[in-house]
Amino acid sequence: MKLQGRKAIALGERDGVPGEAIAACLATAGAEVVFSFTECFV
Amino acid sequence: MDPESQAQIKAVADRFEGDDLVVVLGAADPEALEVAGETVTSGDPAYVGPLAGVSLRLPVVHILEHEVKEQVDPQVYAEQVGLLELALDADAVQTAMRKLRGNE
Repeated sequence: MKLQGRKAIALGERDGVPGEAIAACLATAGAEVVFSFTECFV
Repeated sequence: MDPESQAQIKAVADRFEGDDLVVVLGAADPEALEVAGETVTSGDPAYVGPLAGVSLRLPVVHILEHEVKEQVDPQVYAEQVGLLELALDADAVQTAMRKLRGNE
């Protein structure tokens, strides 16, 4: 799936990859992050 | 997924409907992946939040998947995900994502 030009939701997780880290990566892929957060799955 | 997060996702999905919206997951645990993926595709599996019974059918990928990684600047990926990539079970994530998308 091509990310360039797409709008993205970065749904991170505390015990995995946080939303902020995903968002930083997606920005370099040309995606526009419209919502980012980090869940705590218990 | 907590109801507040579901409400925010629903609002974003409504706002950008038809705008090629994609969800990029970061969870490492297969069960957490399944819950998150199901919530943004077929609805809240626990049937308690705003996405209960709401099929957003958003495409879902994972930040550790090769096809995502290869599109990210390598230096930024290394800074943001590098150590986590080593610590997490990327193969289990790939398998869980294929299962989630029904193309296992």
